Amino acid sequence: MIMMETKDTYEKGLKITGAPSLDELHASPCYQLPPKERRALAAVIECIEGIPCNPCETSCPVGAITVGDEITNLPVVDFEKCTGCGICVAACPGLAIYLKKYEFKENLSYIAFPFEYLPLPPEGATVQMVDRYGEYVCDGTVLRVVKIKRMDRTTVVHVSYPNDYYERVVNMKRLPAS
Amino acid sequence: MEEREVVVIGAGPAGLSAALEAARAGAHVLLVDENSKPGGQLFKQIHKFFGSHEHRAGVRGIDIGTQLLEEAERLDIEVWLDAEACGIFNTTDVWIVRNKEKSVTVRAKRIILATGAVENSVNFPGWSLPGVMGAGAAQTMINLHRVLPGQKILMVGSGNVGIIVSYQLLQAGADVKAVVEAAPRLGGYGVHTAKVRRAGVPFYTSHTVLEARGTDHVESATIVQLDDKWKPIPGTEKELDVDTICIAAGLTPLVELAFAAGCEPLYSPLLGGMVPWHDRSMATSIPTIYLAGDISGVEEASTAMEEGRMAGLSAAYSLGYVDRETYAVGFDAAEKRMLALRSGMFGQKRRDAKAAIVGHSRG
Repeated sequence: MIMMETKDTYEKGLKITGAPSLDELHASPCYQLPPKERRALAAVIECIEGIPCNPCETSCPVGAITVGDEITNLPVVDFEKCTGCGICVAACPGLAIYLKKYEFKENLSYIAFPFEYLPLPPEGATVQMVDRYGEYVCDGTVLRVVKIKRMDRTTVVHVSYPNDYYERVVNMKRLPAS
Repeated sequence: MEEREVVVIGAGPAGLSAALEAARAGAHVLLVDENSKPGGQLFKQIHKFFGSHEHRAGVRGIDIGTQLLEEAERLDIEVWLDAEACGIFNTTDVWIVRNKEKSVTVRAKRIILATGAVENSVNFPGWSLPGVMGAGAAQTMINLHRVLPGQKILMVGSGNVGIIVSYQLLQAGADVKAVVEAAPRLGGYGVHTAKVRRAGVPFYTSHTVLEARGTDHVESATIVQLDDKWKPIPGTEKELDVDTICIAAGLTPLVELAFAAGCEPLYSPLLGGMVPWHDRSMATSIPTIYLAGDISGVEEASTAMEEGRMAGLSAAYSLGYVDRETYAVGFDAAEKRMLALRSGMFGQKRRDAKAAIVGHSRG
């Protein structure tokens, strides 16, 4: 289910609000939401401007992301090949990739997103999930906090959250300094 | 008088890359920088860089800086820090003041100017209050000195510098209250604005800062909407509770040394204003003087590094250190990597502006 973005500003798009609108995303060949019936996590990319950049492609161990010879091509994920490993999530300099899966368990979807703020949430914590505008959407439960050397100080936080907000949620609110 | 083959002025990404390339080719290089630490702005770039593998994409600027310094040490490049280049005479003689006390003139066969750029200011009532600063200054405070300039920030300007510094201020624990942009559309990469927006920071396009208020420091700021002629619209003023105003209104190339030396100037509004004319090899109108990085037109650290390689290699070739074929292969590879960075909707304009400089017929 796609949540309608109701505020006027939300419809003005990336170069006005700072965030890509759903209309812009749906019109871009880059953005693909994993189909609800897919069983594994898959990478979702929100990179719609054609900037000269390709670490997503070169970091993918299974060749599931294609930018191609022209470095300004938009990246496209092949869901047939994507294993949902998450290496691209930390490799993207723009922090524009996350993993998603619809209904990983009863009524709950799954997201794994890049997070470069401190403090980090502990596993099991309830956190506030936000949309592309930083607006609170719903609570989520932290499942894993992945911080490995290869990801070079970009933490990837795995969270479960209600299916209703499958497409709208993209990240979590920063936590107050402890 | 001291003599060196190549003197590189400025040890930022462009100067370091130029020095490395010239030294690799076999030239004896002296690298001078007025600061007490080398690296220029690289060591405050804590974010991962864009580009492809050969541009070290995905690596944080701070780590690229460390790699370049390690390489400079391996190649035994002579580095003078706290060394201010004050003038260039007779196309070869660089006047340097060391440690603010000793005046030295170094005769160089080739000089590579990699002096960088300076932040532009925006004037408005209250702009001299403590708390109003360049976005780059705020970035230096948080990432080099680990001091938060304030808790509540207004960012003026939405180019990549304004957006990246906003993000890093959030990471440092500040609250960015708003980003204002005088143009009707945001300037920086959408992936940067998106990560700042999803952190809850509002963007105001067609807005500017009207006034900063406070007794001995910034206590609030007034922003205002602009009409299509960039004039403030009365009645649209909004007061923001901020203690810091960061200005990210572009950069101007630091060209004084080049122009004092007699390098021919050229106006390139897109690349920051007056720049020294240069050819494809990065040579200026004075054949012993080369350029690299923001002094030749404001771009990014990754383009500065490629330009540094091009200038360093060209200088070494002109001294006879590499043969024509080796030069052509190395130069073309650097230029190809450079053109990749100057592509797409953001890069094409810079590519055109650069081509206009190189293609400009002199005299």
